[in-house]
Amino acid sequence: MVQEIIFIVLAAVLIGAALGVITARNPVHAALFLVLAFVTSAGLWLLLEAEFLGIVLVLVYVGAVMVLFLFVVMMLDINTATLRQGFARYAPLGVVVAAIVAVEIGYVVWSEKLGVTFGTPVNHPAEYSNTRELGNVIYTSYVYPFELAAVILLVGIVAAITLTLRRRAGTRSQDPVKQVRVSAKRGRVRLVNMPSEPRHGGDGK
Amino acid sequence: MITLFHFLALSGVLFAISVAGIFLNRKNVILLLMCIELMLLAANFNFIAFSHYLNDIAGQVFVFFILTVAAAEAAIGLAILVALFRNRQSINVEELDSMKG
Repeated sequence: MVQEIIFIVLAAVLIGAALGVITARNPVHAALFLVLAFVTSAGLWLLLEAEFLGIVLVLVYVGAVMVLFLFVVMMLDINTATLRQGFARYAPLGVVVAAIVAVEIGYVVWSEKLGVTFGTPVNHPAEYSNTRELGNVIYTSYVYPFELAAVILLVGIVAAITLTLRRRAGTRSQDPVKQVRVSAKRGRVRLVNMPSEPRHGGDGK
Repeated sequence: MITLFHFLALSGVLFAISVAGIFLNRKNVILLLMCIELMLLAANFNFIAFSHYLNDIAGQVFVFFILTVAAAEAAIGLAILVALFRNRQSINVEELDSMKG
């Protein structure tokens, strides 16, 4: 009974937050609604006994991706008025398409009533570790996709930095090629040949 | 008793809302990216619900990889957005027609 109440409350909050994302006037508000949607989904995933992924959703999505979103939204100086011009015009079309999508998905889901049966959930005991189970599978059966995921993250880092790196005119920076190729005799030390001079203020010895 | 049907219906509604969001905010690239994130969340919901009700951990492994790819996608998408805004001073989709597509 408690689980049903939790599910209904979290589902209502999730749908409300999703509606907030798509209708918010201010992109910052939309991003904050999206944060609410992610946190609520994490709660629902905990209800489905996917504890590790629930925590990862909060850490990675709310902690990293959404902060990045908020950062970009606040950094760009966006004119929201012009961006919302077609909002009312496309609202009926959007609602119709969304209703069609919902009906289609609902029809497929409703196939439970058409004779297709789904399994019954297994409620694990308290000492069951979802993280350990996931790790047992990821580092054995799925170790190759796991390495590929690491490569994808590396490509993401390189691509993001390359896209946003900007060289301003007039900035001073080191040129590693020149630094490596410097010759100790010619580039680093300048030898000066000059006659010795008497010491200033000395006694002339 | 919460059944699989409840979770599938919830994720279906979530997906439909994000589809509507793409139509409503079709000028704002940032909100389009947010709607794509919502769609991925709805898909992940299906994976986790099936993983629980079929008692198979493979669904959660899939969600793990989807989260990884989605994080990289969001980073690259936002980087493109920043580069775009620097060059055009706008993120309006309708003004991005230099490729005449």
